[in-house]
Amino acid sequence: MTKKQKKTLLRVILALALLLAVSLIDRLLPVPGWLALVLYLVPYLTIGYDVLIKAGKGIRNRQPFDERFLMAVATIGAMALGEYSEGVAVMLFYQIGELFQGVAVGKSRRSISDLMDIRPDSANLELEDGTFEETDPDDVPVGSVIVVQPGERIPIDGDILEGSATLDTAALTGESLPREVQAGDSVLSGCIDMTGVLRIRTTKEFGASTVSKILDLVENSSMKKARMENFITRFARYYTPAVCYAALALAILPPVAGLLTGGAANWGTWVYRALTFLVISCPCALVISIPLSFFGGIGGASGQGILVKGSNYLEALAETDCVVFDKTGTLTQGVFQVTEVHPADGISRETLLERAALAESYSNHPISRSLKTAVGQEFAPGRVTDAEEVGGHGVAAQVDGRTVAVGNPRLMESLHIAYTPADAPGTVIHVAEEGQYLGYILISDVVKPNAKAAIAGLKAAGVTQTVMLTGDNQATAQAVAGELGIDQYYAQLLPGDKVERVEALLARQGKGKKLAFVGDGINDAPVLSRADVGIAMGALGSDAAIEAADIVLMDDDPAKISLAMQIARKTLSIVHENIVFALAVKALCLVLGAMGVANMWWAVFADVGVMVLAVLNAMRALGAGRRR
Amino acid sequence: MKKTYKIEVDCANCAAKMEDAAKKTAGVADATVSFMTQKMKVEFADGADVAATMQAVLKNCKKVEDDCEIYL
Repeated sequence: MTKKQKKTLLRVILALALLLAVSLIDRLLPVPGWLALVLYLVPYLTIGYDVLIKAGKGIRNRQPFDERFLMAVATIGAMALGEYSEGVAVMLFYQIGELFQGVAVGKSRRSISDLMDIRPDSANLELEDGTFEETDPDDVPVGSVIVVQPGERIPIDGDILEGSATLDTAALTGESLPREVQAGDSVLSGCIDMTGVLRIRTTKEFGASTVSKILDLVENSSMKKARMENFITRFARYYTPAVCYAALALAILPPVAGLLTGGAANWGTWVYRALTFLVISCPCALVISIPLSFFGGIGGASGQGILVKGSNYLEALAETDCVVFDKTGTLTQGVFQVTEVHPADGISRETLLERAALAESYSNHPISRSLKTAVGQEFAPGRVTDAEEVGGHGVAAQVDGRTVAVGNPRLMESLHIAYTPADAPGTVIHVAEEGQYLGYILISDVVKPNAKAAIAGLKAAGVTQTVMLTGDNQATAQAVAGELGIDQYYAQLLPGDKVERVEALLARQGKGKKLAFVGDGINDAPVLSRADVGIAMGALGSDAAIEAADIVLMDDDPAKISLAMQIARKTLSIVHENIVFALAVKALCLVLGAMGVANMWWAVFADVGVMVLAVLNAMRALGAGRRR
Repeated sequence: MKKTYKIEVDCANCAAKMEDAAKKTAGVADATVSFMTQKMKVEFADGADVAATMQAVLKNCKKVEDDCEIYL
């Protein structure tokens, strides 16, 4: 509680005691009417003097629909009608409600902020004489050496010079599995060093470090408002005046109508009902619960390593029914592996692999690297000479003095070597030695372990169409799409084609339905920004991706896509619940108030009670992403 | 040019009112108030005097919500 809130609490307690005392006196002793009013004014002014002052200021500033002004009119009106205790009680409950709102909102704001707070306080800068100085991370120049002790957060991105440690990356990625790092590795700020002392040479300024980027992004997220948020503030702008005018009409029309028809006017009854309207007209319950729900959803998501750049994107994601994936790096590892080895008759597996790897050993192409990995041993230098690329078809090289050709079918054809045709997804590499066919090796990208579950999860969350885009050939695309259960795929696309494809898909989207694109942030920035919701994954440390995307998945686990979707849907359903609930209660109280069933106590509930419940409901959004 | 300011405001509707008031101030191209983070982001019109504009923004905000503060 802030100082201001403590003061209010004190006043609430004091006023409550005074009110009880006064009503006791009123009941037990024969007090004349004027004295009763004076007595009741004591607790009234104790609890309400600031509201009255602010109401006065509101009038001066021509803000007739100011909340305090409405409260002042309602309570003074009640007192004027002789409902002394009710006037005091309404003011008292209004203040209690405000106090509770302040505390609850402040608390939830803090708990969300804490979740997102990964700002390091200081950096241990190593000075030239070998001593350390605790420095503001902002003042550490690029290339300095900092020391991180176990239990501390790495303040600035850098490379490890010395030491090894286990890092807790949960704050960045939501991944609870710790990561081992040692000298030579790059580390990102925001991770917590759990075990060893690390000496790190910084590679970025604090402002450009991962932790600053994330903080910046999350703090600005509530600036981009969702449609729902704008709707409710616009609604509030009309709601309050409308209810006030209704109150005025309620105070005047029925009594006048009563007089005209020759009956009693009943001014007191109708004015009292009008005052009830004024209490219900306060829009705060509506207005607070929407941004708070979104803020909770964004906070909950960031705790899972999902950074959402604005409430509007969370809203759009909840409305997404078509998800487009880039294949490589998103659904697949983007790492090529030897998946099948088919030696020709009389040739051993090992010979085939070894020949191929040796011939390719000069290249640093992913295929060459995957061959090397498959062989699993270092070759003696000098075994390979005269390696030569053959026009995009493969490589020819002298291995141990013999000519080895490694490449695609066309290379075999140009060398007039009979080969076994292979129609398999992935890249097929045929190998021949001195004109003799050795067999072929299949190299393909590996599907990520969670990819299939992620697609299923998306479908369960209500996505009706999944599309995969890839630059790979038809066979590969078909195999991956089939394995993962993806509805549609487009193969052999150039990077530029992907934008066109997404635009064509966007044109096909139904009204109010959104399209999300998921990419790894490399080469697909234009597509990320073109889609309704651009999701970049594995984006940790990739500035371009963080820039272009609307939602950033800090690690590269595809399961996070469906998790993000679930969080978005949950948040939006909470938002809807709050809107419907608050409006329904207010409408009900207005109707009952007009009929004279609901008194001012109901009205106070419609205002304060609804707000409290809406705030509590909004807090559920924070836990939306938690694993059960 | 865009700048972000820390603000203090107690109720969400008041924050919305402040946003409105700031938007209508001369020299302000656009303004957003986040009640949750208690921040105001102001985009100034070309050639606007930032300091003078913010004084006007503060004045206008005080008019719609007396109980608010912008830390300039």
